[in-house]
Amino acid sequence: MNAPSTQPPFLETQNLSRTFGHGAQLVRAVDRVSFTVRQGEIVAIVGESGSGKTTLGRLLLRLLDPTDGRILLHGQDVTALRGGKQLRTYWRKVQAVFQDPYSAFNQFYTNARVLSRSLDVLETQPSREERLQRTIDALREVGLDPEDTLFKYPHQLSGGQVQRVMIARALMVSPELLIADEPTSMLDASLRVTVLNLLKDLRDQRDMTILFITHDLGQAYYIADRVLVMYQGQMVEQGPVEEVLQNPQHDYTRRLMSDVPLLRGRKSFFGQ
Amino acid sequence: MTTMTQTRGRRYSSPGVLGGMGRAFLLAAYSPRFLFALTVFLLILSFGFLGPIILGRHDALMTVGGLYDKPSSTAWLGTDNFGRDVFTQLMYGIRTSLIIGFIAGSIATTLGLLIGTTAGFVGGTVENVLMAITNVVITIPSIVILILLSIAISTRSIVVMGMIIGITSWPWTARAVRAQASSLRTREHVDIARLSGAGTLSLIFSEIVPFMLSYVVMAFVLQLSSGILQEAALSMLGLGPSGNVSLGIMLQWALLWESVRTGAWWAFLPPALLLTLIAFSLLLLQSSIDEIFNPRLRRS
Repeated sequence: MNAPSTQPPFLETQNLSRTFGHGAQLVRAVDRVSFTVRQGEIVAIVGESGSGKTTLGRLLLRLLDPTDGRILLHGQDVTALRGGKQLRTYWRKVQAVFQDPYSAFNQFYTNARVLSRSLDVLETQPSREERLQRTIDALREVGLDPEDTLFKYPHQLSGGQVQRVMIARALMVSPELLIADEPTSMLDASLRVTVLNLLKDLRDQRDMTILFITHDLGQAYYIADRVLVMYQGQMVEQGPVEEVLQNPQHDYTRRLMSDVPLLRGRKSFFGQ
Repeated sequence: MTTMTQTRGRRYSSPGVLGGMGRAFLLAAYSPRFLFALTVFLLILSFGFLGPIILGRHDALMTVGGLYDKPSSTAWLGTDNFGRDVFTQLMYGIRTSLIIGFIAGSIATTLGLLIGTTAGFVGGTVENVLMAITNVVITIPSIVILILLSIAISTRSIVVMGMIIGITSWPWTARAVRAQASSLRTREHVDIARLSGAGTLSLIFSEIVPFMLSYVVMAFVLQLSSGILQEAALSMLGLGPSGNVSLGIMLQWALLWESVRTGAWWAFLPPALLLTLIAFSLLLLQSSIDEIFNPRLRRS
């Protein structure tokens, strides 16, 4: 019935570009990036700081307008969406988790308020009871005790807990696509795996598609099905994560690989 | 559904007042500088507003003695050039000065906050135009505008004086607020709020303004202080509120009737000292508020 050739990919970018400044100071933060993502896939976007991966994430979230190119969700051009009302329809399907949970959290709000507020993006506003119920469910889903955390402020929680609240916030509207921009880089090493496993579970249980932006190849290897490597705004390599990491084609990927202490240690350990 | 509402009050209790603001007030109680500044300011405030009622002085312009009578048991701080009680005038003068300062400060802070936040948050052409206007207003010496406006308006009531001072002193606040707003705009919680479906007004009022609140409070205190001093400057030039006593008007009378030359210190020294004390207490209040809001300045 659904021949793969006729069905548009879940997410597709075509020559997506974003420049900042002009003239001599022109910076091509994202330069003609094209890729596709299938539903239910976890795709890692890897690159060093300044490679344009965060800008790419903001473009995909439509928080930033591209200077050129298109983003297609289910084959529909979403780059044409303008204004709060149209963008809200997009944000019902696409949500995000950011790097620093404390700066992503309005410090004057409790968890309950931040979470229930995210339902404002919906077309019909749920009742107060439903808002609370969904908030409690979302907190449970990320492994937090609602009784304990519901009316807490961010400074009363640990970094790992705040980041899980931010993930719960993104889940409130049951999005199809989650863009996670370095969600673990501000967390302790011991908490990273918890967050990574949480994201994996979301994909397995909800069939959620996840774009995982990171500078850490180890994490990309752990969580992702496919990996996209960015370098100076351009997508220099993409493919299944094993293939890319075991047999890197681009110079930059090879250098990234050699910069990972864990992998290098392992290689020598196995006598390679 | 119903069980949810029932369990809500019992199981999920809110932490109440001890949120962000509550903690700030608790900290305030432990800052001696803040407490001292607040006490001085409240004393001045009650001297102006409660003093006349408690002491039963209902008319500041009533003649009680001769030209520059020395301080005595009836006129505690002597009399002025028309034989009016200086102590009573001080109380009414503070009241007028504070009201004008308050009106001026409120207008200047509101205008500055409005223009600065709009410029900083919206950005682009709007920002350029608003900041161009602000910079033009800054370059015009405000005392000249104040003098021209004061002359143009035939009856200068207290409210009009406050408004004149207010609409000439907002630009610095606007500039500082713009800088803060445009830096706050790029924070992640603003993006999160946008992804949560918040509109522009909601973004400004819940994601930008609360984060500038401490600054706005400090700016208001400074504007209040400078409003009082500007009023004094205008009044000394003879452009004060008509039919009223203010600290500046008292100084003007003292100057015109040569109290300095005749050695009638009680005519010019008390209002000058009180002006200094008001400005000092407000400056101290402002810097101690900074200490409370900014953890890095806190002394343990």
